[in-house]
Amino acid sequence: MLGLGKRDLIFLAVVLALTLAAPVLLNPFAENSGLAQFNAGYPDLMQRIAIFAIFAVGFNILFGLTGYLSFGHAAFLGVGSYSALWMFKLLSLNIIPGIILAVIMGGVFALAIGYVSLRRSGIYFSILTLAFAQMSYNLAYSVLTPITNGESGLQPDLGDPRILDAASSSGSVPPTNIFGLAMSETWKVDFLGRVFQFNAGYYVCGLISVLMFYLALRIFRSPFGMMLRAVKSNQNRLNYTGLNTRPYMLTAFVISGMYAGLAGGLMAAMDPLAGPDRMQWTASGEVVLMTILGGAGTMLGPVLGAGFIKYFENIFSKINDHVLQGWFSVFPHWLQDLLVTIFHPFMGKGWNLTLGLLFMLVVIFLPGGLIEGGNRLMRLTRRRRRDDGPRPSEAPAE
Amino acid sequence: MGILEVKGVGKRFGGLQALGDVNLSVRENTVHAIIGPNGAGKSTLLNCLVGKLIPDTGSVLFSGQSVLGRKPHEINQMGISRVFQTPEIFGDLTVLENVLIPCFAKRDGAYRLHAFETVAHEAEINAQAEAMLKGVKMWEKRAAHAGTLSRGDKRRLELAMCLAQGPKLLLLDEPTAGMARADTNATIALLKEIKARGDITMVIIEHDMEVVFSLADRITVLAQGTPLVEDEPEKIKGHPKVKEAYLGEAH
Amino acid sequence: MDAIILQMLNGLDKGSAYALIALGLTLIFGTLGVVNFAHGAMFMIGAFCAVTMQRLLHLSFTVLDPTKKDFLGNPMKVSTPYIEHWFGKATGAAILDWSVPISILLAVPVMVILGVVMERGLIKHFYKRAHADQILVTFGLAIVLQEIVKQVFGANPIPTPAPHALAGALDLGAMLGFAANTIVYPAWRLIYFLFSLVIIGGVFAFLQFTTFGMVVRAGMADRETVGLLGINIDRRFTIMFGLAAAVAGLAGVMYTPINSPNYHMGMDFLVLSFVVVVVGGMGSLPGAVAAGFLLGILESFGSMNAVKDLIPGIDQIIIYVIAIVVLLTRPRGLMGRRGVMED
Repeated sequence: MLGLGKRDLIFLAVVLALTLAAPVLLNPFAENSGLAQFNAGYPDLMQRIAIFAIFAVGFNILFGLTGYLSFGHAAFLGVGSYSALWMFKLLSLNIIPGIILAVIMGGVFALAIGYVSLRRSGIYFSILTLAFAQMSYNLAYSVLTPITNGESGLQPDLGDPRILDAASSSGSVPPTNIFGLAMSETWKVDFLGRVFQFNAGYYVCGLISVLMFYLALRIFRSPFGMMLRAVKSNQNRLNYTGLNTRPYMLTAFVISGMYAGLAGGLMAAMDPLAGPDRMQWTASGEVVLMTILGGAGTMLGPVLGAGFIKYFENIFSKINDHVLQGWFSVFPHWLQDLLVTIFHPFMGKGWNLTLGLLFMLVVIFLPGGLIEGGNRLMRLTRRRRRDDGPRPSEAPAE
Repeated sequence: MGILEVKGVGKRFGGLQALGDVNLSVRENTVHAIIGPNGAGKSTLLNCLVGKLIPDTGSVLFSGQSVLGRKPHEINQMGISRVFQTPEIFGDLTVLENVLIPCFAKRDGAYRLHAFETVAHEAEINAQAEAMLKGVKMWEKRAAHAGTLSRGDKRRLELAMCLAQGPKLLLLDEPTAGMARADTNATIALLKEIKARGDITMVIIEHDMEVVFSLADRITVLAQGTPLVEDEPEKIKGHPKVKEAYLGEAH
Repeated sequence: MDAIILQMLNGLDKGSAYALIALGLTLIFGTLGVVNFAHGAMFMIGAFCAVTMQRLLHLSFTVLDPTKKDFLGNPMKVSTPYIEHWFGKATGAAILDWSVPISILLAVPVMVILGVVMERGLIKHFYKRAHADQILVTFGLAIVLQEIVKQVFGANPIPTPAPHALAGALDLGAMLGFAANTIVYPAWRLIYFLFSLVIIGGVFAFLQFTTFGMVVRAGMADRETVGLLGINIDRRFTIMFGLAAAVAGLAGVMYTPINSPNYHMGMDFLVLSFVVVVVGGMGSLPGAVAAGFLLGILESFGSMNAVKDLIPGIDQIIIYVIAIVVLLTRPRGLMGRRGVMED
């Protein structure tokens, strides 16, 4: 079914179920309890997790499969956002045309940048993509201000032509929507004394991300995906096997660019504001981190990485000295102060420091990411369970 | 006229003349061995044939078409496959996938966007790969990662990958180097079997004279970048020039 | 003509910074084969050595001066820097005034130690790993260093002025025989340029004329062979890493009067310096220096109004455009060697 094997189908079904149930699962603590700060919050954060999961899954098709490290994917994210916003301004606040254009423009830019960058490999490729992204960022900031509205960013306003739906609005700019269903629409459901919120925007992002996950799964299992892994493994042999690596690479680059464009378009659809910051190299670095943190080259890794980083970013930025003092209040006063001093630089506005450290730790100790870490744990427990049984032959024969 | 015509090929690396003036004509569906002492330019010659190196002078014609200036994948698509001295395989992929890739390459050419097909559902391709792996007795190891194989297994896998493409010309760079006697004999048997089918031309570089004399129809002796003699195996044995070239060599 | 000379001069100071950073990047890449994304952070930390030195020198003690009264009639608090207290008013003030050049004394040891610690503690373990891993780990380190500096010194640029004697502008036009006031150039920028020439000359002389440098150059060409000769190449490379860090640090110290240091200046320069290295040719020291100055000057030309009117926005992208053209036409860069990073 759906071109997938049984195991993949179950896998996909689980991902779909988790996505649908996330508003409940990720907010397990009652709102007024002390642990509420660990709730994922809603709906902004969960939208962001779904969007960044798309971004990372797409990036993984390039980096995870082929090993080509792009440092410029934020450019496509930004292009996607700007494209979507222009559709919102010119055509309609219905997000569908905007998102379609975002995907197309992400792909077009990726085609142009990839065509040039893929003439080189290794670090040259990384540096070229980085240079292109910085160039786009600089342009968005300066000359292209008529298109990007420079530093203040682009957003819909009442003066927009909006050919399709301008007539229906008066007074203020209506919210982005799909055929009238506003993305900000939230239904509250009382259940067992708890209030759960179900937000339209999240479900749009979530369902699209499941669809994108499915497409990525198909690519992973396809001959095309196998060729991409072969590029990473031994490009020479691939050439001597009669395969032209460059179009394969370019296709992978464009696909990942379209994923990034889609993510950018969705970002604009959820919060119709696009600024050049979205294209900066730090944003490119973030998606790299998500992918390697979860596990580059694995299906689920980038999703985990995106969720992990966006979740903790949200949590960490909420924790200030006051909260820290609350945590450590069981300790004697001097110890409490010490602990607060130690943790302070990493919390609140220090999130980037935590991110940088995390980056280093993962690369140094866990190159396979969380998935690899989980596998190691599993192997460890399994080995302990049958201590005297024969060990699985993992050691290379050579 | 042979299927492979090498005319006046020369290649310099800085001050070193690696290949002088090499002429070679390989007839279709024969096995042509190139032997010679270390540094005679054997591997350089092979590199010129597959597009890894571009010779300074001369021409290389395959089935009447020039291969010079073409990219490695284009040359391969013309029907030339190569087994390397150190096996070039996809170490991170499974043994089966290693053979599936040339099967797809044969069917689909240099590029095809088959992003929504599923490898496991391509029955015909999988059957081909199975046959190839069984041919080199590697089917049992199909799920192993190729990088974890022993050296001998890697060589056999690479051979299976090359054969999977059904090449017209197979270039073998020391296919038995570093192999134990038993493995060498198995490889000889396998190559003989392939030869017996009569639909493939092979150019083989080899140090092991037993391999050479049990397989080759013709032998070219290369020394210091130029061919000394080219003849049938029986006449090469005991040829004075050959002895001279090998004098002092520990073979 | 004078306008063109002025633009060239304007490009020199940025070009000097690019050249110095790119020189270190190339040294590290050439000797260790490592792509160091944290090298920009070295430049930034060098700049903050100047800030630190300025703060150290300005450490003051406060006394109540009964001879002076504030408007309420109370004795006024007067703070005197220790420096002025110890060396007397005139000498002390002079030392404070010269805090940026004096910072070199602090920056050199700090940067060398930082470089060596970084190489021994982190980079060493990444020699055999994929380039992508090297990029990622040094990228993480760059973020960490940058964020630490941000937490310590804050996010705003900190002014670190040049000594008064060197803060003015020179009328180079008059000196070179043009009309007066056509080429007016800040003195400190000229000093920065000369300083960078001295450093670059020093590094080249060191590599050219010392045994140490000879071994390092041999190692850049063929690491394994040199290792086989029984020369402890690793320790020398550690020292090279320290040297590269020091060069970047010095570039940062002396740059502070031109642009007040902020925590993200390292990354801003790093991206451009990478482009410089690629344009100059990976692994080529003369290439890195030449491309640094070349791109600095071209960037300066790009920001001329006449050029901007012709091609809007060219000042923002000229460096990248040049890099792309060079990579497409001469994949090895302007002076790249064969066989370096040709995967």
